[in-house]
Amino acid sequence: MTTIEPVPVVEPQRQGRTFADGLRNALPKIVLAPSFAVILVFVYGFILWTVYLSFTTSRILPVYKWGGFDAYFRLWSQPNWYVAMQNLAIFGVLYIGICIALGLFIAILMDQRIRAEGVLRPIFLYPMALSFVVTGTAWKWFLNPGLGLENTMHHLGWESFRFDWLVNPKMAIYTVVIAGVWQASGFVMAMFLAGLRGIDGEIVKAAQIDGASNVAIYRRIIIPLLRPVFLSAFIVLAHMAIKSYDLVIALTGGGPGNATELPSTFMYSYTFTRNQMNVGSASAVMMLMGITAIIVPYLYSELREKKQ
Amino acid sequence: MSAANETISAGSARTARYFIYAALIILAVVYLLPLYVMLTTSLKPLDEIRGGDMLALPREPSIAAWVRAWGEACIGVSCVGIKGYFWNSIKMVVPAVIISTLLGALNGYVLTKWRFPGHKIVFGMMLFACFIPFQAVLIPMARLLGLMGLSNSTTGLVMVHVIYGLGFTTLFFRNYYEAFPDELVKAAMIDGAGFFRIFWRILLPSSGPIIVVTIIYQFTNIWNDFLFGVSFAGGEASPMTVALNNLVSSSTGVKEYNVDMAAAVFAALPTLFVYIVAGRYFVRGLMAGAVKG
Amino acid sequence: MNIRMISKFAAGAAIIALTAGAAKAQESVEVLHWWTSGGEAAALNVLKENLQKEGVAWKDMPVAGGAGSAAMTALRARVTAGDPPTAVQLLGFDLRDWAEMGVAANLDDLAAKEGWDKVIPAALQDFSKYDGHWIAAPVNIHSTNWLWINKAALDKAGLQPPTNIDEFIAMLDKFKEQGITPIAHGGVPWQDGTMWEAVVLSIGGPDFYKKAVLDLDPEALSGDTMKKVFDTMSKIRTYFDPNFSGREWNLSTAMVIEGKAGAQEMGDWSKGEWLRANKKPGTDFVCIRFPGTQGSVLFNADQFMMFDVGDDQRDAQLKMASAVEDPGFQIAFNTVKGSVPARTDVSDEKFDDCGKKGMKDLAEAASKGTMMGSLAHGYAQPAAIKEAMLDVITQHLNGQLTTDAALKRLPEAVAAAK
Repeated sequence: MTTIEPVPVVEPQRQGRTFADGLRNALPKIVLAPSFAVILVFVYGFILWTVYLSFTTSRILPVYKWGGFDAYFRLWSQPNWYVAMQNLAIFGVLYIGICIALGLFIAILMDQRIRAEGVLRPIFLYPMALSFVVTGTAWKWFLNPGLGLENTMHHLGWESFRFDWLVNPKMAIYTVVIAGVWQASGFVMAMFLAGLRGIDGEIVKAAQIDGASNVAIYRRIIIPLLRPVFLSAFIVLAHMAIKSYDLVIALTGGGPGNATELPSTFMYSYTFTRNQMNVGSASAVMMLMGITAIIVPYLYSELREKKQ
Repeated sequence: MSAANETISAGSARTARYFIYAALIILAVVYLLPLYVMLTTSLKPLDEIRGGDMLALPREPSIAAWVRAWGEACIGVSCVGIKGYFWNSIKMVVPAVIISTLLGALNGYVLTKWRFPGHKIVFGMMLFACFIPFQAVLIPMARLLGLMGLSNSTTGLVMVHVIYGLGFTTLFFRNYYEAFPDELVKAAMIDGAGFFRIFWRILLPSSGPIIVVTIIYQFTNIWNDFLFGVSFAGGEASPMTVALNNLVSSSTGVKEYNVDMAAAVFAALPTLFVYIVAGRYFVRGLMAGAVKG
Repeated sequence: MNIRMISKFAAGAAIIALTAGAAKAQESVEVLHWWTSGGEAAALNVLKENLQKEGVAWKDMPVAGGAGSAAMTALRARVTAGDPPTAVQLLGFDLRDWAEMGVAANLDDLAAKEGWDKVIPAALQDFSKYDGHWIAAPVNIHSTNWLWINKAALDKAGLQPPTNIDEFIAMLDKFKEQGITPIAHGGVPWQDGTMWEAVVLSIGGPDFYKKAVLDLDPEALSGDTMKKVFDTMSKIRTYFDPNFSGREWNLSTAMVIEGKAGAQEMGDWSKGEWLRANKKPGTDFVCIRFPGTQGSVLFNADQFMMFDVGDDQRDAQLKMASAVEDPGFQIAFNTVKGSVPARTDVSDEKFDDCGKKGMKDLAEAASKGTMMGSLAHGYAQPAAIKEAMLDVITQHLNGQLTTDAALKRLPEAVAAAK
């Protein structure tokens, strides 16, 4: 835990009189300005444009003819959209929950002065390095009942073993969760490990002297101290869950049927293949609102806290 | 268990360690499975893949599939393998990572050491950029790239990646520099050092861990990107992921799983390399800044 | 970035200056397509080589995946950027939608010179022309209501090729007894739709197909005939293997080729895979119209839509359009890909028995008015309606919707997408 000292704002020393002084004072802003301008245009400008588009009659390409709330009515009358929202709820809760639980669990194990940490750490981390464009084929194969795990178990003599989630509309979303957890939990582990390593050893030692058991130390002292890491992990995972796209496309393509449709795949297909760009934009606006609802309170509290 | 005074707690501590190692090893095996399948499959001849089971080791390992994937496999109408696309990705990822990291470092520096009224709002707004779904920006981005004459070019793609990486790189450096003692900066200022001098001489030399984190993060994200690649750099300028997707779909009746997997391994190598080599610094870097406490 | 831009402009200007000087040495066409499977790429290579002989370089822009959905994203990006590819593989109503945006090139002069109006079937011209002007060069005519049967499996069952749904089901039962997958199917919306439209045509006949699929009559979409269609789909579903979800069509074809499966309902592009495996129609496999659909053709034609790319590429573009309609190319291409020529004046001599049958059936259907657009491939309805219908079809086939729910949902989905 780093203790945060009140950060003194470095004020310009004197009010510049000459042009050179003025330039020197403005220099930090000049350095920051291009990045900020680019973000204004390419993020906020594009968001406004998307919002505008959702009120037009755009179909195959953007057209700027006013269409009112038509796209929103269409969006909310699509059974697909409800499926996508429901799936996001299932996926989001499980993905975030399991990633955090598993990440924390592995991090705690890794923090017990393990011998082969240097070997194990990259093993848990590497899935984050690979995109699902790369690992999708392997995953699809692995989950495929006729070729993958089920088949392997049959080869090994466990004839009654069944694992057909990938092709079962009721279960397919859970295969997406499995692959997602595989990819991100190692990253969460690294975050927790960093948090654990940052904890002051003295506190733990004091507790040990008091005779607290290991479990109690973790439950009462260490895990509460990791609160900021939980928050960071939650934010990282939440935005990855909302943006998840490659994952679904690589594993199921949204199927079977529409059983694994997510808002991101919904938005993509309506914008780019179904020629209903206004509906796609409306769904993008909904997604952005969801992201805003999660991120803005976080940003607000984060940035305010620093001031104390 | 020979000595009687070896207490029960020492025995249970040993059991606990067995448990820890067993749990870690089982988990490690599970995490490795997809990579294992990719690697072993790429080394098996086709008959073996079709007949045998997925987890078996190759009986007659051969690198024929690797050779095919690199230089001979068909992508669309041309059968020249993925090597050209591999270099495309390198040409894209190197400048994009360097530029976005450098800009992120400068932004983080300004936002912590040269604060101005409203710096929090500026930072908050830049941070929010991390969360925009990329699908939503494709069309307006294409329009602007077209206006700039950068449509369908690697330069354009580099620009896109720099822009949408800025939020992350700024976040990383800002959090890192926040913990950097202001006294040092102040002292240098009193000595008459200017804006850039302080950055080069004082902040940058001690930014090792966060630079590693940023580079790892940006490198993997940009290397693995498919959406921007397929939209803004088609045909011969395609990055690796786009070519891989085409190759995997370019089956000639019989799906050459081994060639597909070999190509996937090629696509995975650079990011794997970066993670494995720099992995230890990653946790260190996260400790130092990206995970704020 | 400024410096990069400036250098890019400078380079661009230099190239323009150079090409102006060096005349047309560097003529090229950039072609966006999603023909990446073996048979498809082999067929396209014919065109590439023909153009190279004329000194036109081929810049390939393949974008595979999802029956062209990634390709459509790439195309939108390029068109929005004001930098479209020279030619793009497009289907059906998509051609109209793009032409409506005013981005199409005009091929009228070439079409007049080469007399396209006389040799390309009228049903196809509806799509190759927009507002009376030629915008696309049709490459071929596929049809989707085919059934491909492994000959050995059929002989073993001791059966004649089925001619109606009941015989078809009986055949699948026999295949099941043989211990092979009775019917190879890939669980992807467009493939589900391809099978569904064949079943609609088989059970309801051409008039019903027109009413339900082309005219979207709500009663036809939810009536008793449609109920029978959905029930039949559920029945056929029981003959799939457990791995069908998400499988690409060519892998299903491979199953039939290898004898692991008995039959496949698929468009005639699947013949390209048979031919590449050196299999002969009649001896290794049997091609028939989907049982109960003889006499009608559900068509789907690949077309190269020409985009407005400016004068400097115009010449190469016209050369490509002309090369596509060249009778020699039409034969060479379509014998490889499994489709039939887009021109009616091409001799069927070079084609195998399946190809000959395809050409004969097409001519017959065109004259009887039973040559109808395929839903799954964008020749029956615009993308929004097509996808809305495919949603219902694929959800029903995967057991997410009961037959009754599907019958209720189908007209609703259509109405909502209009």
